[in-house]
Amino acid sequence: MAYTPEMKELIKRVEATRPERVERVKQGIQFPKLSLEESQRRLKTYHPDYKEEGRREFKIGPNKGDGHSYPDEVVDLFEAKSRIDPEIVDLSKPDYETDVLIIGGGGAGTTASLFAQENGMKVIIATKLRHGDANTIMAEGGIQSADSTKDSPYYHYLDIIGGGHFTNKPELVKVLTLDAPLIIQWLESLGMNFDKTPDGEMRLLAGGGTCRKRMHSCGDVTGAEIMRTIRDEARNRRDDITVLEYQPAVEIILDEDGKAAGALLYNMETEEYTIVKAKAVIITTGGCGRLHIQGFATTNHYGATMDGIVMAYRCGVPHCFLYATQYHPTGAAYPEQNVGLLITEKMRTAGAQPVNIDGEEFTFPLEPRDVESANIIRECMDVGKGIPTPVGRIGVWLDTPMIDMLRGEGTVEHDFPAKYIQFKRYGIDISKEPLLVYPTLHYQNGGVEANEWGETKIPGLFVAGEVLGGIHGENRLMGNSLLDINVYGRRAGIRAAEYVKEGITLKKLTLEHVRAYHKELKEAGIETDRISPMLLPDYSNPEVRAKQLTARYFGTLR
Amino acid sequence: MTTTVAKDAMRKGDKTVIAEGTRMIPIYVMGKRYFVPETLTIQKAMEYAGYQFIRSCGCRGGICGACATVYRLEGDYKLYSGLACQTVVQPNMYLVQIPFFPANKVAYDIEKLPYDVTAIQTTYPETFRCVQCNACTKVCPMDLQVMDYMAAAIRGDIEAVAEMSRSCIMCGLCTSRCPAETNQYNMAELCRRLYGRYGQKKSQQVAKRVEEIKAGKYDPMIEELQSLPLEELKKRYEEREWEPVMSEGWEPKETKYL
Ligand SMILES: Cc1cc2nc3c(=O)[nH]c(=O)nc-3n(C[C@H](O)[C@H](O)[C@H](O)COP(=O)(O)OP(=O)(O)OC[C@H]3O[C@@H](n4cnc5c(N)ncnc54)[C@H](O)[C@@H]3O)c2cc1C
Ligand code: SF4
Ligand code: SF4
Ligand code: FES
Repeated sequence: MAYTPEMKELIKRVEATRPERVERVKQGIQFPKLSLEESQRRLKTYHPDYKEEGRREFKIGPNKGDGHSYPDEVVDLFEAKSRIDPEIVDLSKPDYETDVLIIGGGGAGTTASLFAQENGMKVIIATKLRHGDANTIMAEGGIQSADSTKDSPYYHYLDIIGGGHFTNKPELVKVLTLDAPLIIQWLESLGMNFDKTPDGEMRLLAGGGTCRKRMHSCGDVTGAEIMRTIRDEARNRRDDITVLEYQPAVEIILDEDGKAAGALLYNMETEEYTIVKAKAVIITTGGCGRLHIQGFATTNHYGATMDGIVMAYRCGVPHCFLYATQYHPTGAAYPEQNVGLLITEKMRTAGAQPVNIDGEEFTFPLEPRDVESANIIRECMDVGKGIPTPVGRIGVWLDTPMIDMLRGEGTVEHDFPAKYIQFKRYGIDISKEPLLVYPTLHYQNGGVEANEWGETKIPGLFVAGEVLGGIHGENRLMGNSLLDINVYGRRAGIRAAEYVKEGITLKKLTLEHVRAYHKELKEAGIETDRISPMLLPDYSNPEVRAKQLTARYFGTLR
Repeated sequence: MTTTVAKDAMRKGDKTVIAEGTRMIPIYVMGKRYFVPETLTIQKAMEYAGYQFIRSCGCRGGICGACATVYRLEGDYKLYSGLACQTVVQPNMYLVQIPFFPANKVAYDIEKLPYDVTAIQTTYPETFRCVQCNACTKVCPMDLQVMDYMAAAIRGDIEAVAEMSRSCIMCGLCTSRCPAETNQYNMAELCRRLYGRYGQKKSQQVAKRVEEIKAGKYDPMIEELQSLPLEELKKRYEEREWEPVMSEGWEPKETKYL
């Protein structure tokens, strides 16, 4: 709904300071960046990751006693039983057999399928929703690659590792920066549309925490353009790439030697379980926004529930950096219909500043995401200069009209068509009125432990994309994730094909690891009805649920 | 005061908060009446009514095209459409979701197609059966000029199709309405790819960087960073030169790592 009269009154204060702020930006004057030390202090005080309540340690599995505490919403998934009783599954009659099984039909999974296929593999992609219903399709801002003459992989590396607080795994970062231009070239060759100059050069933009302009994009639909392109290509190769929709994986199947050997899928429509036998398995299940950690809203798609990490963990594969969750500094806080919706960082890159109730700047607009989020939370919670909404949410202004003033009338509408329409629908013209924003749950940061080929400690089990941990350490920068899903999707696809071609003989299939996991739960004294992977969040009306007298729920699903 | 509001707000997650005194209105889901708060989107209203989605729900953010919905309003012959995750309910709306509509997707090899109208003729010949009825444009929830991009395709203006279909979410509603049985959005996808592959020039700078990387130019620089003690690495990070927002004509001072 359009801004209320009270809010409109407040917007006048933003308008009052706007001309002067625009003038300062033109002269290159911005609110100062925080020093590393000061950033750390801000994070410790204001970032949700540093809160002690609502977190606990792992009591079972490979991350038991690793010295970190994790959000309850995460640990709950691991202190939970399988959806299936291993005793009643007959693994001797697989429903499908293939070379490579890919779990998750988003960006990483689709790229992996293309490279595995090019290397001679028959591929099955099993995915939870439709092919492409994924975080990838939602990405707006862009994809990083250091190819400009004023930039190089050296600076890209520095930005990534500094943005991740120097916790990233150096080898994973190295590969990410050095493979980047190759990926851009590959996407170009598939016919992805980029924002280019007439002579074919990239129109590059800056991003939070990046010292050079390095963002390649396609308007504000970059992720959608990547997903559409690679999905179309996978469909062109349908003789070798089979896609099973609405059939999420619920457990990885191993063979008696402990090699990956397939997965158990759950057909959400017919409610039957099916078995895929495969010589190699690549997990590309993406992130976890739908866990609503600490009650935050999220930008993620409906199926982002951390399933892949849970399944790999039951096989004994550790995870890393899951204690750090990424909150995007600018999620929509108004109108109610748009709450949680991502307001791309590119708005700030293009010149929009976060300002408080008095129209004052309080943060450098392009701090690394965690610091920017902490600054916004501080402004609302401590400084007390947030703007309340009619239903009791709170946010700060993102002064989008500055963009047109800096870059010319019509820029907002042209460069951010999707966002422009999404607010226009509710009577808010973001080229003339600021947006109300608050941090929102955005990215997983951590994930399954693997090397620079996506190989985990289980032979034949690979991971790629948001489910792979360590590339971004504790904090990812914008544009490096669309990059990593392609870099690691490609690598996992290629290496999986090599692994299969070495000649894999699968022994008897087993779910013994699930049995063992159940035993470990019991021995740790964890008595629970919880089951995982979650598959889908539950947004149904609790009052209706209470009246479903004969329904039986299994986790969040009936 | 502000602090309590904020802490509370943070716990709400994606649950829509229904403001005190919100009016309840009737909507008809596949003909069946439910009373829902008038502020909700169709998607959240259906969840409020007790539905749990498996289909018809993807991104929840207006970009995946899973939640295409068509509806009529009582006493109004017109057919309306929208994305369930983006459209607010109205009193007495009769709605149905179209989670899937069959469409012809042709397998082709992008390397073997020419960059002209014959590419469309050989893959999606039905495009040329378009009778310009405009039903597709009317139903498109993204307000695209679908009929116009079909006309551009018939003219062989691949670039125009690419530009005009840029925000297509491939929801399939246009295809569901077409009397000529065309497959507008798959054809448009083909054109976007042809445009990216042949219409847009390749970036020379990207190609050059790929070669430089292959030749190993940057390996020593990255290895240098990897071998630095943490304090020194932090120093380099803090001291790195920053390209300004308005950077026309700007050149970095440090050039040895370029
Ligand atoms: C709104 C938004 C904006 C973003 N903007 C940017 C940006 O500008 N730049 C950038 O670099 N990054 C951005 N990101 C991050 C980036 O888009 C994602 O991190 C990345 O696309 C993840 O890709 P993926 O392939 O790993 O996962 P996804 O694309 O999420 O794909 C995972 C797939 O696996 C499926 N799946 C899940 N569980 C199962 C299961 N049990 N069995 C089978 N299938 C399953 C999911 O349904 C999904 O289809 C953004 C993210 C969001 C949400
Ligand atoms: S052009 Fe067709 S498929 Fe694309 S958004 Fe419009 S109606 Fe949906
Ligand atoms: S609905 Fe079909 S026939 Fe009518 S204008 Fe669109 S493409 Fe042409
Ligand atoms: S759920 Fe993706 S467009 Fe509505």
